[in-house]
Amino acid sequence: MQIFTEEQTMVRDMAAGFLEEKAPVSALRRLRDEGAVLGYDKGLMGEMAGMGWFGMLIGEEAGGVDMGAVAAGLVAEEMGRRLTASPFLSSGVLAATALRDAGALDWAAKVASGAAVVAFAADEHGKHEAGPITTRAEASGNGFVLNGAKRFVSDAVGADRVIVPAMTEEGLALFLVDPAQDGVTTRAFATVDSRNAADLAFEDVQLDGAARIASGEGAEAAMASALRTGRAVAAADLCGVAKEASERTLAYLKERKQFGITIASFQALQHRAADLYTQIQTTEAVIAAALAAIDAGDAEAERLSRVAKAKANKTASLAVREAVQMHGGIGMTDALDIGLFMKKARVSIEYLGDSACHAEWLLREAGL
Amino acid sequence: MSDMQDFRASTRAWLEENCPQEMRQPMGEADVCWGGRNWVFQSDAQQLWLERMAVRGWTVPTWPEAYGGGGLTGDEDRVLREEMQRIHARPPLQSFGIWMLGPALLQFGSEEQKRHYLPQIARGEIRWCQGYSEPGAGSDLAGVQTKGVDRGDYFEVSGQKIWTSYADQADWIFCLVRTEPDAPKHKGISFLLFDMASEGVSTKPIKLISGASPFCETFFDAVKVPKEQIVGERGKGWSIAKYLLTHEREMIGSTDSALFKSESVVDAAREAVGLDATGRLADPLLRARIADFLVDEIAFKAELDRAKAWARAGNQIGVESATLKYTGTELNKRRQEINMESGGFDAVEWDFANAQSDEKASLWLRSKGNSIEGGTSEVMLSILSKAVLELG
Repeated sequence: MQIFTEEQTMVRDMAAGFLEEKAPVSALRRLRDEGAVLGYDKGLMGEMAGMGWFGMLIGEEAGGVDMGAVAAGLVAEEMGRRLTASPFLSSGVLAATALRDAGALDWAAKVASGAAVVAFAADEHGKHEAGPITTRAEASGNGFVLNGAKRFVSDAVGADRVIVPAMTEEGLALFLVDPAQDGVTTRAFATVDSRNAADLAFEDVQLDGAARIASGEGAEAAMASALRTGRAVAAADLCGVAKEASERTLAYLKERKQFGITIASFQALQHRAADLYTQIQTTEAVIAAALAAIDAGDAEAERLSRVAKAKANKTASLAVREAVQMHGGIGMTDALDIGLFMKKARVSIEYLGDSACHAEWLLREAGL
Repeated sequence: MSDMQDFRASTRAWLEENCPQEMRQPMGEADVCWGGRNWVFQSDAQQLWLERMAVRGWTVPTWPEAYGGGGLTGDEDRVLREEMQRIHARPPLQSFGIWMLGPALLQFGSEEQKRHYLPQIARGEIRWCQGYSEPGAGSDLAGVQTKGVDRGDYFEVSGQKIWTSYADQADWIFCLVRTEPDAPKHKGISFLLFDMASEGVSTKPIKLISGASPFCETFFDAVKVPKEQIVGERGKGWSIAKYLLTHEREMIGSTDSALFKSESVVDAAREAVGLDATGRLADPLLRARIADFLVDEIAFKAELDRAKAWARAGNQIGVESATLKYTGTELNKRRQEINMESGGFDAVEWDFANAQSDEKASLWLRSKGNSIEGGTSEVMLSILSKAVLELG
């Protein structure tokens, strides 16, 4: 029931066509089995940037295509359907939005063109938004000295820069840090979804004044904006995971025979599949509303983006659990792709906040 | 100025001039104007408001003018609704005639029937009820057994209907009757219209677990129904019934239904349970359930908005109405469960004999019917799994 403009339909169809050819699920499997260090294909990322995907949230003055969050969501959903490994969310959405809003247009341009990958260090705790930011930057001469640690930074491996939120005497500030710099320790690790992330430690890292791209209210706003857009687009990515897992499962129900009939004829399975379908409909609607609100600069955008991520988490979780169960024994095998969807969903649910994280925000907003 | 701006300006001016102040107040169940032969207006303002709107055809804004409607386009209709909302104007008239029979007649009725019945509905002169369910035909609606025996120029209708809303106050009924006893189940039903004052019709109100209700049992004992009072062809009533069922479920999606009129879960919980020293709801487990509910509730509102936008753009909601019906009604049951939980002892203080429909316990009990009436949740899931997912 979603109404798309001609341009949006074009973006979605182009993304689907490109990804189906270049980055299907088998591509992720290959990266995993080859033990690719980056966890994604850099050449492919260059092609995506060539199509404007990494500049969707960046204005034309900084080399972007300025298509907005709705368009980024359409691309993300197609990526989610194919478990595409790419720094699209981290660099092309979160970092791009933060750089744009901080006015760091030189780096925004590098992200848009694909010349650089910029990661965003959103977390310090065992869960997203589970505590205050304790990383600190002390003023020193013309620059700063950075101390602290960040957790679970997606695509930090191989990143040219990392955006690091840290507390200063003037409140929150965003720093653009080169992870190869002295004093930065990177502990990279593999994640359940066959991607990777890294914990970063900062010990007396010397930064020049220009490394601070935003401070005070400007930093708060740029970070909030990056997280808001990031979580709504991440929700679209998860919705793609849910849709694909559910469609593959429906196809299997129609093909698999037991007791001499297809298992699609069992009402116990029909009703569960139909319930999942309704959940996906609701999820799709609230994600579209959140993305549109972000592009419109609507006051509801923060709330809707949180509901969108929370709902997408719930629905994707249901979709992949049902998918594995309804596939039966073969769903437990690595040979079948369906387990990869479950793994991807688990990591994406934690990324930028699980349902409880965002529900907690809603409760506080409601005064409960 | 565009035509639409013109229309908005003239509509605003007309409403300002013609909508009585008393009709610009929030309304409860008891303030609804249902119309009908025996209708007693609750105030002069209610009568005046109905008459003024009916003259312009604005009780049914999109029906053709020839049938008592306003002949408005979809866009004009939206503007009218927005302008009415702006001044909190009450709907001048509500009825099953407007919601159900009218759309069915516009689609399936003869020209003569449209000219006869539709203006009566538009003016609020005849109040209709819907004779669908029977004791043996609930989810399996096509199994209706009320029979209409061919007696030459009339059908002799005998049988029983159940869950007939406001049958005891309605003037006429639109009714599914088996007129072709030898035809297959779905091909033996006709869609008949008849006067509830006919000899042989009787009604009996049904008390629900939540207390008094508008529902009735309706009995037909050899009621004579002239043959010209059939809509569509003999034996083809099922397609009209199906059309109306879809339409009924769509209404859940396209109007701000009662689902969102009940007390907010948040306010109810804060008031009943209170906050702890950190400003959080004092019951952490209830708080967690509310959190989960809020996510689904806000997401569903976005889904309803999307359906409205879809319909406004001129698309049919069709089978997706089953999704909205299922999700909305299951959500409302959860809402009422949470409200009872937060209400605790206070919420279970409830006297069946003197139950008020807006009490927590009444709303909770009544909500259990949401996922039964208009097609059960299980029927909705079966519709979706067959029509959309093609499982079978």
